[in-house]
Amino acid sequence: MTVPNPFDLQPKDSEGLVFREPWEAQAFALAVSLHQSGLFAWDEWAAALAEEIKSAQQAGDPDLGNTYYTHWLRALEKMVARKAAVKGECIAERAEEWRDAYLQTPHGEAVELVRK
Amino acid sequence: MPHDGHDHTDPPDDLALRVKALESLLVEKGLVDPAALDVIIDTYENKVGPRNGAQVVARAWTDPKYKQLLLTDATAAIAELNYVGRQGEHMVCVENTKDVHNLVVCTLCSCYPWPVLGLPPSWYKSAPYRSRAVSDPRGVLKEFGTELDEDVEIRVWDSTSEVRYLVLPEKPDGAENMPEDALTNLVTRNSMIGVEKASAPGTGGAL
Repeated sequence: MTVPNPFDLQPKDSEGLVFREPWEAQAFALAVSLHQSGLFAWDEWAAALAEEIKSAQQAGDPDLGNTYYTHWLRALEKMVARKAAVKGECIAERAEEWRDAYLQTPHGEAVELVRK
Repeated sequence: MPHDGHDHTDPPDDLALRVKALESLLVEKGLVDPAALDVIIDTYENKVGPRNGAQVVARAWTDPKYKQLLLTDATAAIAELNYVGRQGEHMVCVENTKDVHNLVVCTLCSCYPWPVLGLPPSWYKSAPYRSRAVSDPRGVLKEFGTELDEDVEIRVWDSTSEVRYLVLPEKPDGAENMPEDALTNLVTRNSMIGVEKASAPGTGGAL
């Protein structure tokens, strides 16, 4: 059984995948895009990400590179909450709506969000 | 594709759902254009990538004037080949010689010259590399199969959000008369981070 990939552009390099999963690339692109449109400066982002990595390490994450985009996403969520008023609760709620959409979409069809 | 009779699509895992959620919220607010996201990923992965850096190095190997510019103002030299990007604005190029070997790291997080090297490999982002590149660079190099003579000085460059480093590897023996486009095949991403040397001609080379 295969899960259709909502994002099929898994980047590779000579050593294999640079992103382990498509969501990592998507999270990467979101931050670059928001920076490009002026929501935050790049060094502001670098500082937020470094802070997130630091607190994860203090909480016991061995930080071997495989959790990098988890930190990236967490930092991005906080940044967006501050700068664009998109709150964590909204993201969690929307994530559940997406989950329902997947579950209600016949396999092989495009998954679309149907707002209630 | 038919599978075990359930008329649904398996949802991705939680982190992937969160990214999807975040993206759709930002799209609704007009802060993000989904097409722009695809362009960004395509650019960093297919068009940018280590090939851009390889071209910069190959040009420097064949054109002394360009090399001079690269070593004095890498940002301008890289822009001259039309590789500009928001993460590579301030670039510094450091030259490997028979006496000096340069190694790039970002101890703080994983600052990386994306426009010339693409996306960072996962070892570059790992805590062991970030700390050991500084404390034991010779040991790190050995793990990449790079053995240097004892009298070769190793210089470690710690990237910041303002300054990114690119290593100009030594031109390998036997490559003296090769044209620029053939030379790019000898320039691996790892040689531009400094964990390896450029490939010798006839060994397969980059990618």
